[in-house]
Amino acid sequence: MRFSDQFEQRFSEMLTHYPTKRSVLVPTLLYAQDETGFLSDEVIAEIAGRLELSELDVRNVISYYSMLTTKRRGKFNVQVCTNIACMLRGGEELFEHCEKKLGIGHKGTTLDGAFSLEEVECIGGCSWAPAVQVNYDFHENLTPEKMDRVLADYRNRLHE
Amino acid sequence: MPDVNITIDGKKVTAPAGTLLIEACKSVGIEVPSFCYYPNLSLQGACRMCLVKIEKMPKLQTACTTVITEGMAVSTDTPEIHQARKGMVELLLGNHPLDCPVCDAGGECELQDMTFSYGAAESRYIEPKHHREEQQWSPVVYFDRPRCILCYRCVRVCGEGMDVWALGVQNRGVSSIIAPNQEDHLECEECGMCIDICPVGALTSGAYRYKTRPWEMNHVGTPCTHCADGCKTTLGVRRSDTGMEIVRGDNRDKSGINGDFLCIKGRYAFDFVDSAERITRPLIRKDGQLTPASWEEAFQLVGRNFRETLERHGGQAIGVFGSNRTTNEENYLLQKFARVVLQTNNIDHHRTADFPALAAALAGKSGRTASMRDVYSAPAILLIGSDPTEQHPLLAWQIRNNVRLHRARLYVVNSQSIKLRRQATLFAQVPESGGEAAFIDFLAGNAAHAGENAAQLQDLRDKVRAEPELVVIFGSELRGESIARLVNALPQAKFVSLGDYANSRGAADMGLYPDLLPGYLPLDKGSSFAADWGTLPTLPGLNFLQMSESAKAGQLKALYVVGANPINRFKVDPFAFSIVRIADAMGFEVHKLVPFRRGEPADMGQSRGAQSGEADRHAVWLEAHGLEPKMSPFDPMAIFDEIQRLVPGYEVARLNLMAGNDQHTEFSGLGALQDPGLIVPANDGLFTSGTLGRYSKVLNSVSENQHRTEQTEVAAD
Ligand code: SF4
Ligand code: SF4
Ligand code: SF4
Ligand code: FES
Ligand code: FES
Repeated sequence: MRFSDQFEQRFSEMLTHYPTKRSVLVPTLLYAQDETGFLSDEVIAEIAGRLELSELDVRNVISYYSMLTTKRRGKFNVQVCTNIACMLRGGEELFEHCEKKLGIGHKGTTLDGAFSLEEVECIGGCSWAPAVQVNYDFHENLTPEKMDRVLADYRNRLHE
Repeated sequence: MPDVNITIDGKKVTAPAGTLLIEACKSVGIEVPSFCYYPNLSLQGACRMCLVKIEKMPKLQTACTTVITEGMAVSTDTPEIHQARKGMVELLLGNHPLDCPVCDAGGECELQDMTFSYGAAESRYIEPKHHREEQQWSPVVYFDRPRCILCYRCVRVCGEGMDVWALGVQNRGVSSIIAPNQEDHLECEECGMCIDICPVGALTSGAYRYKTRPWEMNHVGTPCTHCADGCKTTLGVRRSDTGMEIVRGDNRDKSGINGDFLCIKGRYAFDFVDSAERITRPLIRKDGQLTPASWEEAFQLVGRNFRETLERHGGQAIGVFGSNRTTNEENYLLQKFARVVLQTNNIDHHRTADFPALAAALAGKSGRTASMRDVYSAPAILLIGSDPTEQHPLLAWQIRNNVRLHRARLYVVNSQSIKLRRQATLFAQVPESGGEAAFIDFLAGNAAHAGENAAQLQDLRDKVRAEPELVVIFGSELRGESIARLVNALPQAKFVSLGDYANSRGAADMGLYPDLLPGYLPLDKGSSFAADWGTLPTLPGLNFLQMSESAKAGQLKALYVVGANPINRFKVDPFAFSIVRIADAMGFEVHKLVPFRRGEPADMGQSRGAQSGEADRHAVWLEAHGLEPKMSPFDPMAIFDEIQRLVPGYEVARLNLMAGNDQHTEFSGLGALQDPGLIVPANDGLFTSGTLGRYSKVLNSVSENQHRTEQTEVAAD
């Protein structure tokens, strides 16, 4: 199992921050997922081995955090907030719009592997609700029309 | 620690600082309900059943996580508390299947009890319940997910208590589920602790599930018949076509030294009693065929043949081989029978530890042996050899918990990297075969260590010597002289010598040795016995290997084997005994001298009480077999009276013993050096138990299911 040099550097750096190895589990999982797209059995075994944890322990932590996944996701993960502020400003309609537009439901992935969709809790963009997060980028004050443009932009970036 | 004064429901209570409020309540008989709290496991604070009102605190507090402080005033029973608890139960019942009529736990379910106490019988939920099929995780562990109330006791007992860490929690909040380590099944020690500790019927056992209802059983306490740790197991017995049947083993009442601990063997491997191959009546070889016979006929035959042999060839022509599984009384009687009736000292047993050497080393010293309780409380332990996790599960549990709960220092010296090294302050690996004994020489001397691990061993020696209070536990790796050297090297220590099988120590204590009388008294020191029994044979006896030689030479004419399998154990040539006409006539098929395949009368040693269910079944049995007139009045205490009178070290409190409690006995005889070659360790693991184990369906199914590949171990935190 090989990760990038950058990952390895971060990993060894993090290990020095805590008294026990298991403390670095969550960030390690996140960085690993950023590189590999999802946390495969192989990744889980590798990280469990490095941190001297059981695979069960690692799986338990992954299942606790909704941002971590053991299933392959699309290249762009569209996370639509439907929590209070967003809901009041059309978050739910926005989510339904995305479902229709992408032809997938909550936690679904398009056949071409380009997009995944998720309905999520507050992402901290309440002041500019309704908000959507795609991978690590935020898109705010959305309407269905604006959302279409956002999605089209990402589709164009597919071929970059 | 200083005491703290608090008030609970108006009662003044004093308890040591650091006591949890829930325990303080318990100490004055006030029950605070709890699901997730379990004594000696880490605090979880998950179920909110233990809510109490503490003065000056704005909200109800969880008694299970609150440490008492001076002046605290607590109420445990107010309408507000009642309402809160009722609410918790109602939420728990929200998705509970309420299949109590078929649930194993029905009748002893903590959720049922709480529902009954707090009256949350009506639900305001109308949503459909999530149903999941139950899953089989291993031959003994089943999981019925909807019944789970997420108290996490199972997760904690498996991890913290067993150091197996096979159970975990997946997802979060209401979607949390208990998950096994191999995604859809378990690879673990199969101890069943998780099942036992589950307050509801979510975890059930393959051995007991759907067999009976708790109130249909009688509960009989008895020692476990497997390893030498002496757990008390409470067998659930029920009337059946064949008399009584054992349906369950546990120790939920926490009596005995093991508390609620049992390993797989104590919990499930009682099923050998039901083996179809078990011999339940005497067999006599007639025309080359083993033929069922009456007890009367068998006893007549054996008696006649023993007498003939004795008259014609003398006691030296008869050998006796006793058992590590029968009771002290039975072994005592057996050696008395050999010495007084058969007039021979040719008596031996399968030795798995050098108890006589320890007795010799400790002769004249008192208070130098440790008990299973000491292992749980000693500030420091030195473990030399053995692999308690596999061979002495209770001992391993005591050690782990002592380290975890009392921060005991554990020093491990072993040729293998045994699992208990994970609890060790210092672990020193020594070379295989002889490494442990060589370590004793090093420990006893002052020379620097020359071999591998020198610095580590040096450090270990310094630390161990500096321990003011130390329990030393050693396996059969140490024998003879090494034991004496060890005892002298650590004058501050108390010792434990590990033997195998349920009553190996009893067999040794009761004098199943050719050169030692009960209580490790050499033959020439046996005047007290002679005074009681009349003349004793003076010729030194033969040990088992010598008996085998003697049989080969045609001198030993008869062999009496009780509850043992010496041919197998010592790998002697069974044909050496093919001339043993009497044993043969008794029904022994020599190459299968096993307790209940051939020849052993029907009794199963320690499980007898449980099998019969009622005391006077014994009398009924005697009567039915025409033995009553000869054995009446049968007083089982008479033999124990004699043991207490004659055997040094057995001055134990009888009342305590009768109550089923453990009693520590000291070695007080003189002991003797023995041929270390006669010690053959059983090498049983978690899932084997000598001959008995081969007849246990549960143990066989678990062994078959084990892919005991080198599992990658995980941090013991
Ligand atoms: S049976 Fe024992 S080892 Fe296996 S999961 Fe349950 S508690 Fe853990
Ligand atoms: S399975 Fe039983 S012990 Fe484990 S969390 Fe559920 S209710 Fe508690
Ligand atoms: S530890 Fe030994 S005595 Fe205890 S239950 Fe297991 S086999 Fe029986
Ligand atoms: S509620 Fe949507 S970002 Fe906070
Ligand atoms: S017993 Fe206190 S929260 Fe569960």
